[in-house]
Amino acid sequence: MSSKYDVLVIGGGTAALCAAIAARRGGASVLVLEGAPKFYRGGNTRHTRNMRCAHDAATEILTGPYTEDEFWEDLLRVTGGQTDEVLARHMIRESKDILNWIVEQGVRWQPSLGGTLSLGRTNSFFLGGGRAMLNALYLTAERLGVDIKYDAEVTDLVIEEGMFLAARLKRPIRGETEIRATSLVAAAGGFEANIEWLKQYWGEAADNFLIRGTPYNRGSILKMLLDKGVQEVGDPTQCHAVAIDARAPKFDGGIITRHDSVVFGIVVNKHAQRFYDEGEDIWPKRYAIWGRLVAAQPNQIAYIIFDSTVVTSFMPTLFPPIAGRTIAELAGKLELDPVALEKTIAEFNAAVQPGTFDHTVLDDCRTDGITPPKTHWARRIETPPYLAYPVRPGITFTYLGTRVNKEARMLMKGGKPSANMFAAGEIMAGNVLGKGYAAGMGMTIGSVFGRIAGREAAKHARN
Amino acid sequence: MHGTRILDEADRLMTVCNSCRYCEGLCAVFPAMEMRRAFSDGDLNYLANLCHGCGACYVDCQFSPPHEFDVNVPKTLAVARAESYAAYAWPQALSGAFARNGLVISIIAALSMAAFILGFAALNDRGVLFGVHTGPGAFYRLMPHNAMAALFSAAFLYAILALVMSVRAFWRDIGAPIGNRADGGSIFQAIRDAGELRYLHGGGVGCYNEDDKPTDRRKLYHHLTFSGFLLCFAATSVATLYHYLLGREAPYPWWDLPVLLGTLGGIGLIVGPVGLFTARMRRDPALLDENRYGMDVGFIAMLFLTGVTGMALLLLRETGAMGPLLALHLGAVFALFITMPYGKFVHGIYRFAALVRYAQERRTAA
Repeated sequence: MSSKYDVLVIGGGTAALCAAIAARRGGASVLVLEGAPKFYRGGNTRHTRNMRCAHDAATEILTGPYTEDEFWEDLLRVTGGQTDEVLARHMIRESKDILNWIVEQGVRWQPSLGGTLSLGRTNSFFLGGGRAMLNALYLTAERLGVDIKYDAEVTDLVIEEGMFLAARLKRPIRGETEIRATSLVAAAGGFEANIEWLKQYWGEAADNFLIRGTPYNRGSILKMLLDKGVQEVGDPTQCHAVAIDARAPKFDGGIITRHDSVVFGIVVNKHAQRFYDEGEDIWPKRYAIWGRLVAAQPNQIAYIIFDSTVVTSFMPTLFPPIAGRTIAELAGKLELDPVALEKTIAEFNAAVQPGTFDHTVLDDCRTDGITPPKTHWARRIETPPYLAYPVRPGITFTYLGTRVNKEARMLMKGGKPSANMFAAGEIMAGNVLGKGYAAGMGMTIGSVFGRIAGREAAKHARN
Repeated sequence: MHGTRILDEADRLMTVCNSCRYCEGLCAVFPAMEMRRAFSDGDLNYLANLCHGCGACYVDCQFSPPHEFDVNVPKTLAVARAESYAAYAWPQALSGAFARNGLVISIIAALSMAAFILGFAALNDRGVLFGVHTGPGAFYRLMPHNAMAALFSAAFLYAILALVMSVRAFWRDIGAPIGNRADGGSIFQAIRDAGELRYLHGGGVGCYNEDDKPTDRRKLYHHLTFSGFLLCFAATSVATLYHYLLGREAPYPWWDLPVLLGTLGGIGLIVGPVGLFTARMRRDPALLDENRYGMDVGFIAMLFLTGVTGMALLLLRETGAMGPLLALHLGAVFALFITMPYGKFVHGIYRFAALVRYAQERRTAA
């Protein structure tokens, strides 16, 4: 005998909880299996802080309207067209209602945080951050009578011809290692914490990647689904990566290990050579390219180098900059070749053209005659102490996922919709986000498709 | 590095928090932190006293234990806060009173009550001590009014002096620029923030106590305790005015203002402290400065004792128990007064000063 629920939700982040709540509100009995222990529940939601939703007018916390069309244009731009327009427009339309719906589930908003004013019109911030949102959603789910299990690792899914039958557990729940349910919602994220899997595409370099979220985002559910006939979507070789402090822990360093100082200095590799235009575009638009750039450098390490005049231009950092009274001393501390670093900085300084510095626009401070150039915000590095942050690629999420339709229903290879399997969140983000990223998009995908998946899963179960 | 281990830890946490800022909407601590990139001892003591200990930032933090970043702001600031009381105590020779505060407070309370009982017994014969006294001036048959007024005025004035000197040291340490005076607008803002316990609210949902379900219970009990304290103070003040201005002597009939105020206040001082004590015992130890159990409970107990002995005196004032009860009540109040500058009472004073400073900083930044 195994117990049977109407809806089984696998995962524990925003998408999973929105699905569980929506399904329960739809009258279904719901079990949530979160693979992580309670403290680490919630996958990448733990580290989020805002959500991008369309809205036609300013609200108490949003400074102005953000229309569906504008949202769509932003999505089109960041993905370079790698998106499913029907699905994306559906998500954007639904996102309007999420602004209120999520508040009804206990989540509280606040205006954009200090240092994020550029998002004040488009993004709603969670009061207290992503973990505060999770706490609210879990409390609501519990109050509604959703069963929630932690450390509940799923080892196998029993699927027959696109029909979910049961999930097998590593550790039994009430003596049972098999859970049956009428519908399945897979909301278990991507595989960014699965180094072996990353190595399939990145080789040994993946050993030097730092993972910004918990070690539990291993993509095991995604793999099971793809192995059992679900159609895949998104480039398996791609992941979202930013440059984070090389001193950060291997897992779960979250947002506080990031560096937004690239535009204020130069970036060199372990040979003390520059390798990319640090002033290409307005921060944070080009924020996300630096993880990939560093990943392509030898040993996957680089150093942001600046001088003491710019220290207060960016947010205080968790790890202090490494300092040297001379460039040679700094090079010594970074274990770089002092002669090479002095040469790189001297050449850079000589190439800096006069201009008026303004980090809020594409200013006219640029270099001339060096490769690569620094096309904006180029200022000489000449005021000791000289400072540096070592950086490595910090992996946020992966793009590979399960294909879904507007009902968040998974499509099988060949295009046939699954009878009872739905997906929401990062596990299906690749449908609308083929590449790139814009702040708050992950939470939009999670909450909108979570709610849809929960609603549809409950509808299926009660028919 | 700072003078103490706890300030070093507070500095580490504020560096972590300043690079995150997810909690900035929860209370005043984080916006105040964001106005700084580096933290002096005074800055950290300021932030520690600005913290109301609601616990929301701990529950909401993705880096709280067991995470290796080990971010526990409420506990760290609670310890720093308690250490700041000793650091600013006046005279410094008495700062040690904070070390084993519960013991110190209980000894002083016991000695004080014993002194009044023995004093009454020594100065009055048995018939008077256990006699039934009614009508105006009944209390003063046991202790002359002028003696009572002189003794308590002295204790009260000493408490005021010690508190003023302590908070002055605190203000100097946290108040930049040097010589900064509080302005009326900031004081008014701080009165509102303190009066409504605006930051004992988890950013809107309530405090975190024994589990992950926030409630406003502690806020309610604190309101009861604080208003009880103020009402009792008002009762005494009105009675003093009656005595000197109108020539009307205590005890007063039940419907008279001092008794009405005192009764309401007494109820607040019984229900409030019981609620606070229960909440303190049930609260998740992760959120508490566990080594300051004595200080927390000592002050709650003193307030409770004041309330209980006062109410007992009111109920039994026309019986032979009046004499001993009056001695106990006076002993409790006397001990409360003289220990005020050296116990948990000071939290309100420092927190108020921190709120004034915060209101000032907000105005300057705006």
